[in-house]
Amino acid sequence: MTDDFIVWPALAGGILIGISAFMLYLLNGRIAGISGITGSVLGSSGHEFRWRVLFVGGMVLGGLLVTWITGKPPQLQFDSSLLFTVVAGLLVGFGTRLGSGCTSGHGVCGLARLSKRSLVSMLIFMGVAIITVYLKRHVFAELGVN
Amino acid sequence: MANWRNESIAAVCGLLFGIGLNFSEMVNPARVLGFLDITGAWDPTLAFVMGGALLVTIPGFALARKRLKPLFAMDYSEPANKLVDKRLVAGAVLFGCGWGLVGLCPGPAIVNIGTLNTQALVFVAAMLAGMFIYGISAGKGH
Repeated sequence: MTDDFIVWPALAGGILIGISAFMLYLLNGRIAGISGITGSVLGSSGHEFRWRVLFVGGMVLGGLLVTWITGKPPQLQFDSSLLFTVVAGLLVGFGTRLGSGCTSGHGVCGLARLSKRSLVSMLIFMGVAIITVYLKRHVFAELGVN
Repeated sequence: MANWRNESIAAVCGLLFGIGLNFSEMVNPARVLGFLDITGAWDPTLAFVMGGALLVTIPGFALARKRLKPLFAMDYSEPANKLVDKRLVAGAVLFGCGWGLVGLCPGPAIVNIGTLNTQALVFVAAMLAGMFIYGISAGKGH
């Protein structure tokens, strides 16, 4: 285990994410699933288009707001090649749409809705991601693939 | 009028979501990969983020569901499909591969658009392409 982890900012950030998901559900009756909201921007129109674009735009603005207030941009450390980045992006985009959700829709909201589908989905994508990281960092890294 | 209210709420919720993801450092792929790397230098940060969110959503959603309908909408949107099927499993497997490969899921990827980081933008473009490809294939196949 690393000593370089954060507790309070992580909890506070998580609570804000939870409040966001709770508000969208209680007030608008919608699930704060980012893959669903983003993926449905294309193909929707009128109000259905506008609320999704505003949510996504709000997310980008929220990130910028933290940077502006704290005065330090977030650290972004990548350890993948550009080719892997493209492959991963395609997999995440296609996979989350096929599987009807990601960490937010199935994780933050689905678990709270006590959905069996969400629990199964989350166990699978987390398990597969753990195996992927293990193979990449501890097996293939030895062979010089990253 | 009603639409305007729902759209404003969506914008505020998006804003809070983005603040939460940035402040908790989930926008940094290294934080996420550190959590997934259970045999390496494990980083529990993501567990605190997910825990904090569930701390609100578990009681929150239970409370909301006691109401017949949301405060400002006709009904709660419920997924029509209740079954664990091949699509759900296959989608989760593909998503897990991509997530483990780079350490970005859709939320952090979207928030990272604001950083104009080249690699993050490449990821977002590929992710949107993947969603688009799904849209086309689903339109044909079902």
